[in-house]
Amino acid sequence: MSTPVLRVEDLHRSYGRGPTRFEALKGVDVEVRAGESLAIVGKSGSGKSTLMHLLALLDRPTSGSVELNGVPADRLRGRELNRVRNETFGFVFQQFFLTPSATVLENVILPLKIAGVGRAERKRRGMAVLEQLDLADKAKNKAIDLSGGQKQRVVIARALVNDPQVIFADEPTGNLDTTTGAAVEDLLFGLNRERGITLVVVTHDEELASRCDRRITVRDGRIEASATATATTAATGEPGRPTEEVAA
Amino acid sequence: MKPVDVVGSAVANTFRSRTRTILTVLAIFIGAFTLTITTGLGTGINRYIDQTVAEIGAEDVMTVAHQADETADDGPREYDPDAVAASGIGPDAPGAAQTIDPITDDDLVTIAGIDGVESVEPLKQVSVDYVQHEGGTQYAISVGSFIPGMELVLASGEQPDAEASEPQVAIPVDFVEPLGFDSQADAVGSVVEFGVTDATGAEQVVTAEVVGISEAGLIGTGNSASPNTALTDELYTAQATGATGQTDVYGSAIVTFDPELGEAATQALKDDLDEAGFTATTVEDQIGAFKSVIDGIVLVLNAFAVIALLAAGFGIVNTLLMSVQERTREIGLMKAMGMGSGKVFGLFSTEATFIGFLGSAVGVVLGMAAGTAVGDALATTMFADLPGLTLIAFDPVSVATIIVLVMAIAFLAGTIPAGRAGRQDPIESLRYE
Ligand SMILES: Nc1ncnc2c1ncn2[C@@H]1O[C@H](COP(=O)(O)OP(=O)(O)OP(=O)(O)O)[C@@H](O)[C@H]1O
Ligand SMILES: [Mg+2]
Repeated sequence: MSTPVLRVEDLHRSYGRGPTRFEALKGVDVEVRAGESLAIVGKSGSGKSTLMHLLALLDRPTSGSVELNGVPADRLRGRELNRVRNETFGFVFQQFFLTPSATVLENVILPLKIAGVGRAERKRRGMAVLEQLDLADKAKNKAIDLSGGQKQRVVIARALVNDPQVIFADEPTGNLDTTTGAAVEDLLFGLNRERGITLVVVTHDEELASRCDRRITVRDGRIEASATATATTAATGEPGRPTEEVAA
Repeated sequence: MKPVDVVGSAVANTFRSRTRTILTVLAIFIGAFTLTITTGLGTGINRYIDQTVAEIGAEDVMTVAHQADETADDGPREYDPDAVAASGIGPDAPGAAQTIDPITDDDLVTIAGIDGVESVEPLKQVSVDYVQHEGGTQYAISVGSFIPGMELVLASGEQPDAEASEPQVAIPVDFVEPLGFDSQADAVGSVVEFGVTDATGAEQVVTAEVVGISEAGLIGTGNSASPNTALTDELYTAQATGATGQTDVYGSAIVTFDPELGEAATQALKDDLDEAGFTATTVEDQIGAFKSVIDGIVLVLNAFAVIALLAAGFGIVNTLLMSVQERTREIGLMKAMGMGSGKVFGLFSTEATFIGFLGSAVGVVLGMAAGTAVGDALATTMFADLPGLTLIAFDPVSVATIIVLVMAIAFLAGTIPAGRAGRQDPIESLRYE
């Protein structure tokens, strides 16, 4: 089997120090394989976002290792780390994080601007991705004037514009009604299927989780269970103990 | 992010919260405006002084006289019939009451022998009783010493020609009408008579052609008649007619030197003259004290303007800290998308510098407009007697310096919020509510 895109081992992350010290992750092992869709589920406050941020190299673990394409992430410094964040990953957050006064196009091409892509090329690629998401006619509108579903599509367009290897989505549908949420889900799984983009989705939504190839459940900072989409959650693993991944 | 995009984004961000930006720019504008005016004041006055220096005399001459006796404390001084009144270049020199040993022909030889002296000429001082035109009313007038290279500010006509063999004179503009001329043009080309009392007490008359009409100056020679060499010689001869004692002694001498050799060479020449018992005064020495007073005043005024700018700097700190706070999540997002801390710092410090640029550009432009208007208005009213004085003037270098200085202050102010933005942790910023 090929090396996983991301692999974390015995991951610990604690916040604060002394008596207020809180251990959000208490030894987590996860593998994310190229081209799969992985759901991270669990109760509120269980550590899902913390784990996702560590996987996305936005945060550094207190202890444990993170590997990107087989390379230890702590070897990546400054410029290289920024390149990975810019080119390898795309982000969809629960809040839209759009610049309200800027146009849709300007919002979408922000990663390209950061990457130092030229003006003409930025516009071409930005328009291409908006075309794909049926937002071309909104390109010149201010981001604030869009509906919630449109905003989330703009966010996805932004995550997509730099052709990432992995898209991280933290509660991508949490802010949307069922119909719009379903449309956004279709979009994400379509990208996963057709372009082979690896999908890591943090969600509360059982329905969304079940559409993923695989799910891991986080409870109190530990991985509780992992299963393929077809297996039942209860069938595997012992609660409170990290479970080793078994290749499907 | 490319530098051009950093600048572009910073400029765009500046206009995002318009009211706040305008207020900050306004504070900087006030400082820059004040600084422009005060600097303009210094430039204007100093430019006028430089012009006056050219009027007083060339830069390559110094007045040389015997050192004054340092006997003031030793009681009354013995009378010396050969002593002359000390006087510098130009007429009406203050302190003329002090007497010094005269310069003799022997002294001229001594001075000529000193290293660095290119030539030495006695400064012939003449005093004229009156000036008159075609037998009209006689007016008292003083006659300046003519030094080659001196340039009068002329109302009309030409500079007296030093080389000319005919006696020529430039008369002050105030004398045109009293002497009976219809106009300045009428005066130029006509002949005036000077009355001189000779050594025996008899009246001598010397005639000269009026070639120019001089404007009054601040400390220049424009207030007295300016003769050429030929006229000076004639007046001097007339004055000395029948004299026995003081014929060939002069109050001072004019030494020509090469100013191109630099400050040190000039100082060395002065030291040598000092050792030989003479004091040497260049035009710069005479005007230098005046200039340093002006510079001092302008410096104090500028200091006030800079204080205003520093206060405005805190305005920038405040504005941008608010911006950083407001844009916490945006900063977090940009960092999550791979924007380096340095670039984030650059983005905010560029924004600060741009605010500084806006304020200073507007301040400088309006300051120059206002300064020019006020300067022009004063030149025709309050300073009408001092033609050529533009109170507030501007030169490109100092104007550019102001803009750069303000931008530098703005940049420094911006480093505080920009540093904070640069250090922000992407995760914490994204969690920020
Ligand atoms: N910066 C921090 N300082 C202290 N504690 C923190 C910090 N960030 C997260 N935590 C704590 O870590 C735990 C895990 O947080 P995390 O955001 O990962 O939860 P989550 O599983 O994503 O929850 P939700 O589903 O509500 O988003 C929580 O108890 C939270 O209070
Ligand atoms: Mg979360």
